[in-house]
Amino acid sequence: MSHATKATAFNKDEAKVNWHDKALWYVREKRDKSAHKVQGWEHLRQLGSSIKANVLSNLDDYLIQFEANAKKNGIHVHWASNAEEHNTIVNAILEKHNAKKVVKSKSMLTEECHLNPFLEAKGIEVIDTDLGERIVQLAEEPPSHIVLPAIHKTKEEVDVLFQKHLGTKPSQRNPEYLVSEARKHLRDKFIKADVAITGVNFAVADTGGVIVCTNEGNADMGVHLAKAHIACMGIEKIIPQEKHLGVFLRLLARSATGQPITTYSSHFNKPENGKEMHIVIVDNGRTEQLSRPDFRASLHCIRCGACMNTCPIYRRSGGHSYDYTIPGPIGSIFSPGKDLKKLAKNHLAM
Amino acid sequence: MKVGLFIPCYINQLYPQVAIASLELLEKLGVDVYYPQGQTCCGQPLGNSGYEDDSKGICQLFVEHFKTFDYIVGPSGSCIYHVKHHFDILEQTPEVQKVRNNAYELCEFIVKILGKTDLGASFPYKVGLHKSCHGLRGLKLGSCSEVQGEHYSTEEDLLNKVSGLQLMSLNRKDECCGFGGTFAVFEEAISSKMGKDRVQDHLDSEVEVLTGADHSCLMHLEGIVNRNKQPLKVMHIAEILNSTL
Repeated sequence: MSHATKATAFNKDEAKVNWHDKALWYVREKRDKSAHKVQGWEHLRQLGSSIKANVLSNLDDYLIQFEANAKKNGIHVHWASNAEEHNTIVNAILEKHNAKKVVKSKSMLTEECHLNPFLEAKGIEVIDTDLGERIVQLAEEPPSHIVLPAIHKTKEEVDVLFQKHLGTKPSQRNPEYLVSEARKHLRDKFIKADVAITGVNFAVADTGGVIVCTNEGNADMGVHLAKAHIACMGIEKIIPQEKHLGVFLRLLARSATGQPITTYSSHFNKPENGKEMHIVIVDNGRTEQLSRPDFRASLHCIRCGACMNTCPIYRRSGGHSYDYTIPGPIGSIFSPGKDLKKLAKNHLAM
Repeated sequence: MKVGLFIPCYINQLYPQVAIASLELLEKLGVDVYYPQGQTCCGQPLGNSGYEDDSKGICQLFVEHFKTFDYIVGPSGSCIYHVKHHFDILEQTPEVQKVRNNAYELCEFIVKILGKTDLGASFPYKVGLHKSCHGLRGLKLGSCSEVQGEHYSTEEDLLNKVSGLQLMSLNRKDECCGFGGTFAVFEEAISSKMGKDRVQDHLDSEVEVLTGADHSCLMHLEGIVNRNKQPLKVMHIAEILNSTL
């Protein structure tokens, strides 16, 4: 179904479109207020982009350096050229640990690779522990936004969903009650999990460590309770040195939600004593994207989601209308580059 | 200084009053204006729809009509943007380069080239300014709300000097109107919803007359205003700047 057809369906409920538009515009305004307080903000953005340009032009060297340093720290490093290899590698690690229960923090890469259905078909329970991700998982939907995965769902809809799946009482859409029930539900899943999977926001070449940014601390809780940690990352997540991290951490949360920094910026540099840590480095079309001059800059993206919040089309059509793992403006550049035939069929709005 | 007046096809066909106001305004400012007969569309609809190659003939014709002028001035940011930035598909002869380098949107020409902001106009109404995406982000006629830096706006500089005119502040200062040329055809639902929301912002801000430097955006918004019978008049900025009410 084309974007236009899905957008037309989304626009049948004008009150909801207005609500969706206003919710995201509110985030955009928060971003403006927070970002514009930082002196030299535009310079900081340019600096971030320049570091990424350097990374992409020397990606092979940085990746090899990253792998060597990670191994030195006792981390197992795996390479996957596509989604299937990624899923197979993750499954092999789970089998090795005889893992039947997995908790996963936010990771658009595992969405892109369709890891959950792959593991579920093998009888493994995968629980998304980010609250928004858990909501869309219960609703059996993909995320509609890369930072705010359940932004298309109202409190009323979450109330009904939780009654069905978590056995909550009708709460008159009380967010405090709903969050506290989700917390209890997730706490149980954290405690029983065998392995924790996380995404990666930044991977530092000269330390071999990865940084995961969350607001809920769910990546940390998962990793610290499970006997093994699998971190899945695209090849473009590399930054050269730890000192460059400050540039990106200052940009990421302000751009995403207007916060000065995410509540948790967790550094995973080596496994805990007696535990295992794995990093799966995934290409899945990124090298090809890198080879296309018109699409190359899309690999600079740090997945802040600001383009979605500012886009008047996204705000009025919802993330699902794009039919890509990553929706919105960046998705319209990034995703079709991976499948140009699909792009040719889609008259798509930018 | 010889100026070639470029009147975009849709203005020529549907809004001749905008063309007349542009001509009168430039002449009032002492500019030697010529209207090359036989000028046609700049090729933008084709280019934007992915048929750039097929539009080369139209682009070349545009260059033929305007190559002798010192400046090419038109009352449409998006068409001027097309000439300046998308005529890169032509062989870059000195003539093509001259036309691209000297094409100006009307407001920018008045402020930057003529160095004038007070044009002696008067217009005693509450006015809302629609900043078109091509004008704002393409031609950089003003600062964008998402970018850190000093505020500036070419159109505001001109409107603020119009006697009696009250420029109203909008809730969303530079949101797209949803027209987008063929976007309005391929994405009708979003396009009309965006236009409707833009109109509502002007109404909420007590605007009486909605204006802008891109009449294609205004055409889209006026269509919505008329269909919904809303109390808002839509006029091109050239009409206001040429006004002595």
